[in-house]
Amino acid sequence: MTMLQFEIQLIAATTAIACSLVGVFLVLRRIAMASDAISHTVVLGIVIAFFLVRDLNSPLLIISAAATGVVTFVFVELLTKTELVKEDAAIGLVFPALFSIAVILISRYATGVHLDIDSVLLGELAFAPFSRFSLFGVDIGPNALVVMSIITVINLVFIILLYKELKLSTFDAGLAATLGFMPGILHYALISLVSITAVGAFEAVGSILVVALMIGPPATAYLLTDRLPTMLGLSAILGVVSAVSGYWVAHLLDSSIAGSMATMVGVLFLVTFLFAPNRGVIALIRRRKRQKWDFAKKMLVIHLLNHEGKPDYAYESRVDHMHEEMSWKPEFARQVVNRAVNSKWIDRKNGRVDLTEKGRQIAHQTMES
Amino acid sequence: MEGVMIILSDLLFDYTMRTVALGSAILGLVSGALGTYAVLRKQSLLGDAMAHAALPGVVLAFIIFRSRAPFVLMMGAIISGWLGTLLIINIIKLTRVKEDSALGLILSVFFGFGLMLLTYIQRIPDARQAGLDRFLFGQAAALLQSDILTMAYVGGAALIIMVVFWKEFKLLSFDREFGASLGFSMQGLDILLTTLIVIAIVIGLQTVGVVLMSAMVVAPATAARQWTNRMHIMVILSAIFGALAGIIGTVISGLGPRIPTGPTIVLSISIIVLISLLLAPNRGLTWRWIKNIRNKNKIELETVLLDLYTLATKHDKPTHGHSINVLDTMHTGTHGTLNTLKELQKQDLVEHQEKDIWSLTQGGWQKAQDLAKERGKTS
Repeated sequence: MTMLQFEIQLIAATTAIACSLVGVFLVLRRIAMASDAISHTVVLGIVIAFFLVRDLNSPLLIISAAATGVVTFVFVELLTKTELVKEDAAIGLVFPALFSIAVILISRYATGVHLDIDSVLLGELAFAPFSRFSLFGVDIGPNALVVMSIITVINLVFIILLYKELKLSTFDAGLAATLGFMPGILHYALISLVSITAVGAFEAVGSILVVALMIGPPATAYLLTDRLPTMLGLSAILGVVSAVSGYWVAHLLDSSIAGSMATMVGVLFLVTFLFAPNRGVIALIRRRKRQKWDFAKKMLVIHLLNHEGKPDYAYESRVDHMHEEMSWKPEFARQVVNRAVNSKWIDRKNGRVDLTEKGRQIAHQTMES
Repeated sequence: MEGVMIILSDLLFDYTMRTVALGSAILGLVSGALGTYAVLRKQSLLGDAMAHAALPGVVLAFIIFRSRAPFVLMMGAIISGWLGTLLIINIIKLTRVKEDSALGLILSVFFGFGLMLLTYIQRIPDARQAGLDRFLFGQAAALLQSDILTMAYVGGAALIIMVVFWKEFKLLSFDREFGASLGFSMQGLDILLTTLIVIAIVIGLQTVGVVLMSAMVVAPATAARQWTNRMHIMVILSAIFGALAGIIGTVISGLGPRIPTGPTIVLSISIIVLISLLLAPNRGLTWRWIKNIRNKNKIELETVLLDLYTLATKHDKPTHGHSINVLDTMHTGTHGTLNTLKELQKQDLVEHQEKDIWSLTQGGWQKAQDLAKERGKTS
């Protein structure tokens, strides 16, 4: 691994951490699509600031971009408040309009400058290490790495300082408002952080990967844990894994780094979606199956208990009769009997079944509950 | 003026201009009409996800069939857009991940995957000329007659299906349970309608691009919604707005160099939305504002009239005069009653007797009595 490759991965990993930290709160607060809207509208902020200062490295760009992110949500809120438009439609109206203005401005007035739509959308991670940051003549590292490290620290400090407030307003906005935590202000603070992160990140990885990194790892972690601190940590780790593995996939296929990272975010989610211990689809199917057999077995022992000691017991307890009695398919009835025998709820003798002590107990319990 | 004439004549006679305008109009028409359902069913952002999810399908179709025939690419886009939607629905249904996260996740991952494929095939000879990257932002200028024909056929088919299933789709959008109780397969209809919306989106990808296409689904319908409460009028209006934006956008982008068509179309439809929100009768903001002021004025007038009436009933004759100071004291508003009295005077309901003494006229007395009765009944 060359120094260049290492630096690219370091930038990607730092970006992933910064994005997934704020992303956790977007996912939990159900405003994940804010990242999509913001990552597009911040472009307008960058364009406007660029026309003002004519310098792509000016910090004014980040400030202006963050402001546009916030303005986007002010617009969305205003539109929603008129009650003429639903919130989802309002988001779907505002950000394409703002983004369109940005695209028109760029292609009309900024061609030839290092500000083209493709790089805004897709990022140019491969070239990121070439723009260096130096302090007092000493090379510190790639510009993007410095920017993203600072943003990561800002995000971390924000989350640590306002942890209680964030947690409360995320899970119980009503209570937070009652206690005077001003969820509205916190909401806009979060939106500002998302905007800053989006600006810093998309210079390196493009706006679409910003969305993937903000939503993917937190959504994946959400399937694995119930605890907020674990979710934060897990998201950061998943983000880094997607970033690094994505880089190598891109290296292997000679394809877009940002695209490959987003793909890896998807792969990690898919694997978790299928195999997560409790919330995965396979676990879900297993649980449903087990419940089905469990239910059938219980029906069987209750049936036996009902007829125990009665004259028709000898008839009612015959195995080959069971499917008619319970209106099951013969094959299903045979399997239920087998399973019940295996769990020692019943004993099988001469084509008939009898309740064991354990089976009788379960039948009683089930009827009582 | 001359410029406009040139544009108009171009629109009629210039091949490229005509093709592009026609394509944009078709795209606006179809996405406008079908977008109505997306907006009514609160699936506005699903359109965004569908559009992004279509990208890998376009590239895969090209890789598999080595063809950039519009129909082939469109089919690829439809299949992968539909697959993305299916995944979103199942993620929401099977896990605790919420709709917004599922949308954002599928949107970005599918788009990223498409991008990965797109950059990967750049190495395949003659793929560079395939021009697939115009699906990102759209490139209306590159539309060919074959593109337009495909758009018209596929879009036309989608619209016909929409008309055929008109009643069923209406049920699906407004009262799903009732529809199910009538024996319609709501799930089947849901799948069909979703497919139609995917088609509407895919039709526009070449012109407007993946990134902005969602606006063409949401905006025309939102604008149309402001003007009417009736479903069929909304669909027709939405289609007209969409087509109009398509043509306006094409014309404006033809006015100067380097004005991209897609964003211009989106901006045009955004302005139509803004106008609708402001000016539409009944629902529009201006309308509401005027109504508010009118109501306020009416209440103000009636209050002062009734105050005078209350005072007059304490005296022997209805036209007994009272000082404005008394009225000011009775009045709960923030400003004085003089302006209101003048307004009432214009309507011949009160009289100015002397200095600051005002009284009811006979007509005013009658009107106040009616009002008092009316209020007595309602309160």
